[in-house]
Amino acid sequence: MNLHTAFSVSEEEIKDQPQQIAIRLEGVGVCYRVASERIATFKEYAIRLLQGKIMHRDFWALRSVSLTISTGEMIGIIGQNGAGKSTMLKLVARVLRPTEGRVVVRGKVAPLLEFGAGFHPDLTGRENVFLNGALLGFTREEMEEKFTRIVDFAELWDFIDVPMRNYSSGMWARLGFAVATDVEPDILLVDEVLSVGDESFQRKSFARMQEFRDRGATILFVSHSMDMIEAMCHRAAWINHGSLEAIGNADEVIQEYRRSQTS
Amino acid sequence: MNKADQFSVYDSAQQRSTALEEIRAIFQYRYLVVQFIRRDLLTRYKRSVLGVAWTMLNPLGTMIILTIVFSRVFGANKEGYAAYVLSGLVAWNFFAQTTNAAIVHLVWGGSLLRRIYMPRTAFAVSATGTGLVNLVLSLVPLLLVMLVTGVPIRPTVFLIPVPMLFLAMFALGLGLLISTVAIYFADIAEMYQIVLTAWMYLSPVIYSYEILPEPYRSWIMRLNPMYYLLTSFRAPVYSGQVPDWSEVLIAGGISFVTLLVGWLVFTGKADEFAYRV
Repeated sequence: MNLHTAFSVSEEEIKDQPQQIAIRLEGVGVCYRVASERIATFKEYAIRLLQGKIMHRDFWALRSVSLTISTGEMIGIIGQNGAGKSTMLKLVARVLRPTEGRVVVRGKVAPLLEFGAGFHPDLTGRENVFLNGALLGFTREEMEEKFTRIVDFAELWDFIDVPMRNYSSGMWARLGFAVATDVEPDILLVDEVLSVGDESFQRKSFARMQEFRDRGATILFVSHSMDMIEAMCHRAAWINHGSLEAIGNADEVIQEYRRSQTS
Repeated sequence: MNKADQFSVYDSAQQRSTALEEIRAIFQYRYLVVQFIRRDLLTRYKRSVLGVAWTMLNPLGTMIILTIVFSRVFGANKEGYAAYVLSGLVAWNFFAQTTNAAIVHLVWGGSLLRRIYMPRTAFAVSATGTGLVNLVLSLVPLLLVMLVTGVPIRPTVFLIPVPMLFLAMFALGLGLLISTVAIYFADIAEMYQIVLTAWMYLSPVIYSYEILPEPYRSWIMRLNPMYYLLTSFRAPVYSGQVPDWSEVLIAGGISFVTLLVGWLVFTGKADEFAYRV
């Protein structure tokens, strides 16, 4: 419940936000070309090619999605598994280029990716912090400035020059989280990651998200937890089978979504 | 802090030339390239006793074996064969390792590419950087062997950065080309190993191309780009000559065209990688 109060937003707060557009999707579609059978080797491909048996099926993970998100907004994205929620985040993160339509993003985007995805076990914590920072697009000067803060947050000064293969999984996650969230992005993408980890870890990550929000970052939050979205987001978008089913006030969209699930 | 000025705007519809865009992106992410090179060097040497020395000992060992085999078994007692073979091996190893690493890193980096944006050429560019560091290190045993075996070291040795640059451009271009295909087919990396082995024996690495019988000799010269790259690498070091300018021009031309084609093909396909890897 205290989560609720921490994140509930007053109307004035929304109005005070400068109504600048942070993200705009215009008739966006993403089409995966799915081979009817998975062909993973060149040998197979050559054989199939000779037999004339290569068949593709187009699969639209997203189709005709248009929406705008203002700077400083926190928007929840809901929908069933495989509806295209993560695909949408990938479009904003520039990982995928849309097959059709247009994506415009203003500002630095940071994905809250699975913590420590880029770590190498043979490198020390210190070396990994710099490597991971570079993966997120930072320069050395920027990382040197962040380094102390990151290690402070992770509380890992005693182990920072030890190869990470000797870290416990908890230490590994702590360092990954500290790096990933010290980025001060303009736009933060959160894809269900908060559901992993123990309770204190979750609380810490909520606090970080709140910090981002207060600083005026735009946040896209994908979750299956309607309570969390209701508590934290002004607006919600419901994606169903690749198209935008509804967008608007979080409570209303969630109600609509719930009705469709029960009937 | 004036945030509005720092806003970088990404617009998917703004399709400038992706090849040029990638050059800008790789420059912007140069620190990532440095970190990748650092990681490759550190992880390779950290857990071995002799560390960096392996870069130098590895071609030395092969050179000793080949010298014994060729001079004793085949009786080909070429003057300064040890230095000849070592200069070839050093250049060849750079080429083979760099192209391989470009493929392996991109396939390995697939899981990262599905999560965050980074210039996709960063993998091949950093593989070339790592290779260049190793190549410079292995010049040390090469010069030592030349000293010991009495092959004169001439001032032309300072021309070596030029053929090294050509080799790097060629390896980067080819690495980009093959890794583009390797994204789609997992067995390309395996096939490339076999190709590399055959290619090495078709190149004047461990033998001098003069020993080849005539029809083959001119075919290899005409069709094998590595012939020109190896010759222009050897000339200033082993032979102590200013390389023949026409061969340098051919080597440079081949390298430039390979890099250009590799870069264009790779960046043209790079947007599809996240759909595939």
